[in-house]
Amino acid sequence: MNILVCISNVPDTTSKIEFTSDSTSFLTNGVQFIINPYDEFGLTKAIKLREQHGGKVTVVNFGESTSEPTLRKALAIGADEAIRIDGAPTDSFLVAKELSKVISENNFDLIILGRESIDYNGGAVPAMIAELLDLPFVNACTGLTIEGTEAKMEREIEGGKEFVSSSLPLVIGGQKGLVEESDLLIPNMRGIMTARTKPLAVVECSSSSGKSSSVSFEKPAAKQACKMVEAGQEKELVTLLHKEAKVI
Amino acid sequence: MSVVVFAESWNGTFKKGTFEILTYAHDVAKKMDTKCVAITIGEISDDVKVLANYGADKVVSIPNQFDACDNKGLSSALAQIADSEGANIVILSNTNTGKTIGPRVAVKMDASFISNTVDVPSESSPLLVKKKSFSGKAFEMAQSHADKTVIALSPNAYNIMQNNNDSCDFATIDCQVENTNVSSINVEKASGKISLAEAEIVISAGRGLKGPDNWGMIEELADLLSAGTACSKPVSDIGWRPHSEHVGQTGKAIAPNLYIAVGISGAIQHLAGVNSSKVMVAINTDPEAPFFKAADYGIVGDAFEVVPRLIEEIKQFKSSN
Ligand SMILES: Cc1cc2nc3c(=O)[nH]c(=O)nc-3n(C[C@H](O)[C@H](O)[C@H](O)COP(=O)(O)OP(=O)(O)OC[C@H]3O[C@@H](n4cnc5c(N)ncnc54)[C@H](O)[C@@H]3O)c2cc1C
Ligand SMILES: Nc1ncnc2c1ncn2[C@@H]1O[C@H](COP(=O)(O)O)[C@@H](O)[C@H]1O
Repeated sequence: MNILVCISNVPDTTSKIEFTSDSTSFLTNGVQFIINPYDEFGLTKAIKLREQHGGKVTVVNFGESTSEPTLRKALAIGADEAIRIDGAPTDSFLVAKELSKVISENNFDLIILGRESIDYNGGAVPAMIAELLDLPFVNACTGLTIEGTEAKMEREIEGGKEFVSSSLPLVIGGQKGLVEESDLLIPNMRGIMTARTKPLAVVECSSSSGKSSSVSFEKPAAKQACKMVEAGQEKELVTLLHKEAKVI
Repeated sequence: MSVVVFAESWNGTFKKGTFEILTYAHDVAKKMDTKCVAITIGEISDDVKVLANYGADKVVSIPNQFDACDNKGLSSALAQIADSEGANIVILSNTNTGKTIGPRVAVKMDASFISNTVDVPSESSPLLVKKKSFSGKAFEMAQSHADKTVIALSPNAYNIMQNNNDSCDFATIDCQVENTNVSSINVEKASGKISLAEAEIVISAGRGLKGPDNWGMIEELADLLSAGTACSKPVSDIGWRPHSEHVGQTGKAIAPNLYIAVGISGAIQHLAGVNSSKVMVAINTDPEAPFFKAADYGIVGDAFEVVPRLIEEIKQFKSSN
């Protein structure tokens, strides 16, 4: 099995989100970057599939050199090779186009992405790749098994879950459930050592502009102080929710 | 020019989100002085005329039965109709379905794709629109550089309004699309539960509840308020509750009118997925719990005493209203 895991390099979930004084861009000073949590589930799943079926796990990121530590971490966790497409991932279409190029130049049986990146929350790249390459696509995937050239999957839908099957090659937008939280692999010492010598190829970005861009940012308005209600006075809370907040 | 909306349905009935995006599309169309076209796909048991009540100028129905999982078929049908209606804006709801087909439609139409929007575009050319970003920790103004834009509107971000249109046209057409090789084996419906994405009230509980057997009162409160139920990440990780209930930065992002958090500390990752809620209530034994900094109303107290009393008060309230 030749598996590709697309990895988005995102601010750690505990990061305070701040912007430049002109509000035009995200301030990365002092922010720790991590493998997008959804992609982490995909990466562990890919490594488990390799253990079962043999083959290779490649990770790819479209980003600037600052995302290399994140790719190295993926190698330390157990990926065999990494590719970085050199450029600024400013728009999902641009990212999808560049990733599709790498995919079409290789022979991957399975292309795993995350349901969304936790930074800009586009949730767009996986479906775009499926469309650009005309591959079967399962989004919000919460379970996956491979038998021969067939994949059986579980996916989340509004109001329940659906079990689907598809031939390979296949694109999935994954999330928790592909593997459980407790199964997530973390780098060990040996992994970290070998990651240094594993191949990390840098390829040029072939297109320059996307179809959209972020013009400015703002933070949500500060909340008013919380109104405290005494325990025992739940009736008052009900009244407040009805009369003041008008939500019940 | 036109604004095209995908009037999504589930089991033959239109979703609440469909009326939100129709209201939104109507407002966008009015602003751009053009018409609003709604597309329904598949078997609809609801009367499609209802779409005119929310401002559709035209309703195009494609009765084809696409597999629910066939995002290729759905998006190709949608893009075909949108193109034939001269759409420069296509609007979907930012649900699982919307996010699965929206980007595909955008690629087919050579359009940009902007998801998680919370308002109508403030400028139309180039199109500029406000969206949620950084898991609800920020807003962003996104600009489209393409002639056409596919917009996925965040659920519960836009108020549904009636805009009765008596001169709405209705058309039924046939549409040929290729199917993918993804096939549905079986669908497991979450029994009688309110979908979290669309719920107007959500009752959520965390590790403070001590164990899976203690959720009865949460479900009772939720039933009383026709609310959805949610939980914090550790609760779903330990298996006290299903993964589908996990909300937060790495779970579902929700934006109900009312979010009641019981025994949840209010970690930054949890808040990221729920802080778009209009009103938040925290119930926690610890007066220093970070949730009280984010909540609108709070009760410091033991959930096992506060929630049963709250249930009684809600019952009284309901019987007298
Ligand atoms: C990468 C990453 C991603 C994450 N993503 C998410 C996410 O998406 N969603 C999420 O929820 N978390 C997420 N987390 C976890 C998050 O950091 C917190 O650990 C988690 O939200 C805590 O859950 P909790 O509030 O249920 O439990 P705890 O932190 O254990 O809090 C329990 C609370 O219950 C209160 N309590 C105890 N007994 C009672 C009682 N009898 N009555 C009332 N209150 C009581 C306590 O005072 C305490 O405040 C993530 C963490 C990481 C590292
Ligand atoms: N710059 C990127 N490089 C590699 N993969 C990406 C990149 N951006 C997004 N992805 C993949 O696409 C998924 C969805 O991201 P998005 O559409 O940006 O929300 C992520 O979980 C990644 O798997």
